[in-house]
Amino acid sequence: MKYVDEYRDADAARRYAEAIRKIVTRPWSLMEVCGGQTHTIVRFGIDELLPPEVTLIHGPGCPVCVTPVEIIDQSLAIASRPEVIFCSFGDMLRVPGTERDLLSVKANGGDVRIVYSPMDALAIAEKSPDREVVFFAVGFETTAPANAMAACQARLRGVSNFSLLVSHVLVPPAIEAILSSPACCVNGFLAAGHVCTIMGVEEYRPLAARYRVPIVVTGFEPIDLLQGIAMCLRQLEEGRAEVENQYGRVVRAAGNAPAQAMIREVFEVVVREWRGIGSIPASGLALRPAFAAHDASRKFGLTEIGARESPECASGLVLQGLLKPLQCPAFRTRCTPDSPLGATMVSPEGACAAYYKYRRLEAS
Amino acid sequence: MCLAVPGKVLSTTDGILRTGRVAFGGIVKEVCLAYVPEAEVGDYVIVHVGFAISRMDEAEAARTLAYLTEMGELAEIAGEEP
Ligand code: SF4
Repeated sequence: MKYVDEYRDADAARRYAEAIRKIVTRPWSLMEVCGGQTHTIVRFGIDELLPPEVTLIHGPGCPVCVTPVEIIDQSLAIASRPEVIFCSFGDMLRVPGTERDLLSVKANGGDVRIVYSPMDALAIAEKSPDREVVFFAVGFETTAPANAMAACQARLRGVSNFSLLVSHVLVPPAIEAILSSPACCVNGFLAAGHVCTIMGVEEYRPLAARYRVPIVVTGFEPIDLLQGIAMCLRQLEEGRAEVENQYGRVVRAAGNAPAQAMIREVFEVVVREWRGIGSIPASGLALRPAFAAHDASRKFGLTEIGARESPECASGLVLQGLLKPLQCPAFRTRCTPDSPLGATMVSPEGACAAYYKYRRLEAS
Repeated sequence: MCLAVPGKVLSTTDGILRTGRVAFGGIVKEVCLAYVPEAEVGDYVIVHVGFAISRMDEAEAARTLAYLTEMGELAEIAGEEP
């Protein structure tokens, strides 16, 4: 397929690995922020193509993995109500709450439906006026314009039985949280190409300057990643700390203006809890008061549920790049995709799930 | 869930929201084009959860694929230095 196959060329990948070997003179650690990139790296074995000096650290960039247990528990409570049709992206269904997941709510008779787009959930609401339709609006900046459009259209069309349970997260504050941690050992970042497709690259410049780290906006195919890694390493070897854009075929410097305008109209920036990591200031989006009628957490009036994380799960360390999945004692023994202890084992973009799927043999 | 994939715009329809039929290999899907008003039939767009979020830039795509050559040359020049 055009714009896919040519970026998976194995020959070119080997030549990139060769070129990278030539420019590297010292050990460097790079973090890929986005779970989609982690998936490509582990699936195509890109980390194994790299010279031993280069370590890839997997970052917190999977919205499925960082949605807090409290909100998962809220989703379970709402989805269990008889009048509710609960719509979600497929990979949220197995994410463990304190006691169960959406899939088990569904097995117990809850009307839980997988949708491809938030607009599909809105269409269900328009067709089922006697039911309450709730959409689980999770995601990074990439998904925010789609979810904002669903809220905006619901208000315009007066679809009063449609609401969103929002747990949106933002990437730059998470990068800043990682960089300002004393345990931080990241020398350079590969920023998530699709997040920057929406937001542009400008918000990364102050981070690159303040923390003296190169940040390379990178795409998702193997060649994109190798190229992003090469650009980042070149900056490090040359002592530069700039924002560069590897994914120019998709990402414009200013991002997508109409999408940004829609996000601003519907959402406001709030403090947000990240599963396994903790609270990060100004790192999330919530519905503005003008959209209160479509805010599921107001509509269903849920407060504290007393959420609890599995004490055995080390996903907080995995999400911050401080622990590799293979180093977690529960990995592949008490924790598998069929019976996950933590969210990073659920989503295909979670580091634990990617290692489970593609690194079976070397697991010890 | 953050997956966003390139597809080719086959046709467009102007309604409350501009939409288009987009082909991904063999699969065709109805996609919202509200965020890429510049996209026309024949263009490639990047689609995420039913929304096109960017129009593919052909010239930049070619540049990306040429980067290795550029890098190879530079690496050779660097390697030739005494
Ligand atoms: S392997 Fe399972 S228990 Fe261990 S960190 Fe990953 S999700 Fe948590």
